[in-house]
Amino acid sequence: MKTDMVIAGVGGQGILSIAAALGSAALENDLYMKQAETHGMSQRGGDVQSFMRISDKPIYSDLIPKGGADIILSVEPMEALRYLPYLKQGGYVVTNSTPFVNIPDYPEMEKLEKTIKDLPNYVLIDADKIAEETTGSKRAFNFVMLGAASPFIDVPFEYLEAGIRKIFERKGEEVIEINIKALHAGRKFAEENK
Amino acid sequence: MQKSLLLGVEAIAQGAIDGGMSGVYAYPGTPSTEITEYIQHSKQAQQLNIHRDWAANEKTAMESALGMSYAGKRSMVCMKHVGLNVAADCFMNAAITGANGGMLIVVADDPSMHSSQNEQDSRVYGKFAMMPILEPSNQQEAYDMARFGFELSEACEIPVLMRITTRLAHSRAGVTRAAEVVAQNDMKLPEDKVQFVLLPGIARKRYKLLLNNQAKFETASEESPYNSYNEGTDKSMGIIACGLGYNYLMENYPNGECPYPVVKVSQYPIPRTMIQKITSECDKVMVLEEGYPVVEEMLKGYLEKEAVIGRLDGTLSRDGELTPEMVGRALGFDVEEGAEVPSLVSARPPALCVGCSHIDVYTALNEVVAEYGAGRVFADIGCYTLGALPPFNAINSCVDMGASITMAKGAADAGLIPSVAVIGDSTFTHSGMTGLLDAINEKTPITVIISDNESISMTGGQHSSAKGKLESICEGLGVEPEHLHVLTAVPKKRDDLKDLLRKEFEYQGVSVIIPRRVCVQKNVRDQKIKKAAIAKAAAKA
Repeated sequence: MKTDMVIAGVGGQGILSIAAALGSAALENDLYMKQAETHGMSQRGGDVQSFMRISDKPIYSDLIPKGGADIILSVEPMEALRYLPYLKQGGYVVTNSTPFVNIPDYPEMEKLEKTIKDLPNYVLIDADKIAEETTGSKRAFNFVMLGAASPFIDVPFEYLEAGIRKIFERKGEEVIEINIKALHAGRKFAEENK
Repeated sequence: MQKSLLLGVEAIAQGAIDGGMSGVYAYPGTPSTEITEYIQHSKQAQQLNIHRDWAANEKTAMESALGMSYAGKRSMVCMKHVGLNVAADCFMNAAITGANGGMLIVVADDPSMHSSQNEQDSRVYGKFAMMPILEPSNQQEAYDMARFGFELSEACEIPVLMRITTRLAHSRAGVTRAAEVVAQNDMKLPEDKVQFVLLPGIARKRYKLLLNNQAKFETASEESPYNSYNEGTDKSMGIIACGLGYNYLMENYPNGECPYPVVKVSQYPIPRTMIQKITSECDKVMVLEEGYPVVEEMLKGYLEKEAVIGRLDGTLSRDGELTPEMVGRALGFDVEEGAEVPSLVSARPPALCVGCSHIDVYTALNEVVAEYGAGRVFADIGCYTLGALPPFNAINSCVDMGASITMAKGAADAGLIPSVAVIGDSTFTHSGMTGLLDAINEKTPITVIISDNESISMTGGQHSSAKGKLESICEGLGVEPEHLHVLTAVPKKRDDLKDLLRKEFEYQGVSVIIPRRVCVQKNVRDQKIKKAAIAKAAAKA
């Protein structure tokens, strides 16, 4: 059992909550995990990434080698492509289709979409919309994304639910349910569109 | 025992708390900030009454930590690599005074300069001061070494440097905590009452003692649980892997078996017997180390009599952090290159937040500076350094904490008038005040803008030592009241700011303008905390 995943986005989008749910899922089930993240300067609206590694054997490097990631999970479409050098052959790109435009030279959406659709393995999902439709708020889009990546993560789905439960423990049952609903909606979409 | 999910920096913090620390002293700086923040948020630290307030800068922090050590208690001081430059005076001399209570100096280096202006390697400083150094290779070692570091410091009677790098600092893993928490030391003054008095006569004796103790430090490294000699069958090459270098080596052997003999180094001075063994057994030696080629240079020597490869001969890149594929290539593996980044992907540099007060400052400043000609704005270190990027392109320097004011002074001395300094509130109290005093004493024609957002924002909104004190500090230093101005930094006051700038640019002496508005990020966080407190109070009622 081993999954290496690059989680990508823009500083402030909250990719670390995805990593936290996965990390807690791994730890609760006695798996090894390492998760390297970006702090500091790039958190001010720059590109950010987290390297997430889960395995049943000890993990050495905090970094995923180039050409080594099973999945790129991106909460923003252009950012998904930035990490293609890390994707292994046969790996999956799972990305949100809603762009985060804070630069003047953001690529044209049509071209961007085409580049993603030319990839051999991808899931392109409007996580903002699905989150709003299923939970009434866009806020849970991060867990729609985790759900959409879940078919490719070599960790039982129940572990991910438990991970969400754990990180939102203090926020109450309602918040937990919203995020688990988002997780399921994302997974359903990926199963139907992978 | 249940593992805790901790960043490398958090592991150090928890290890220090569990290891009997009485106080942490620090100034924020990526990637070291969260060590102190973790302790500030820790209920355990609160119950144990551990000192955990921010210091004005790294030098004051280190001196306070040394004072706590003098009084017999265990202290820790944390900073980023360039912070050690600020604290270097204390650091070098603390090796000579020695420690009484255990003292741990944690320095987080930033190879590849993710959030820094250089990638200096703090192990060079450790060697310079002739101090033992710890360099954890993973989060568990980071936790264990904090406690171990206090013990080592007390056994060797000298502060111990713990050097980490960004990758370990900001990577999370499961950490098993020690079963028991070490009790804090009682206060106990040094037996030698002049040990800390570095008058030449005493300093000479203390320095000889430091020199004599080097053998003892080396023995500690030989016996350290963190250094090891791992046998290998293929003696065509031996590998010395320091700190994180060990991880990138082993990443290339998924079954966990490296065919070459390996010396894993996480404690310095380097373990001499192990190094002698590997160099005599193997045809050549590869050194894997994060940062500068410190060990490599030492072994290779100027005359290059030893067959040593690494960063100096191009086997590994001379700069930047190590990566698993860089090490894989050095080991002769056929390394995957991965796909290319499609050309339509644009760079997304960090930027000032929407609504940031620095935007108001730079918008006004740019207009007025344009009237005098560009190239006269000396800036400093903080969010406002982003004024260097488009759309502002507003600043001409960013060198070290406080350098804005003094560089503006030097440029004005050379005839560049007006010269302008842009500095943040916290950077001003960190290292700007003394420079301002120089300018005041000479009545140098400079205009200093203290862009005050009442927060240390780039590192996450920590409390600024300057809060509520700027006007009185400036007045106290001798800024003339008629040339000291405070105004709110908002779009509708930009014209007022421009008028002030024009007026003060013409003044042939020191002017200070303080545009003030709280950091937008800090404001959001503070509102959240306030709301939560009100909700909690309401629930109680």
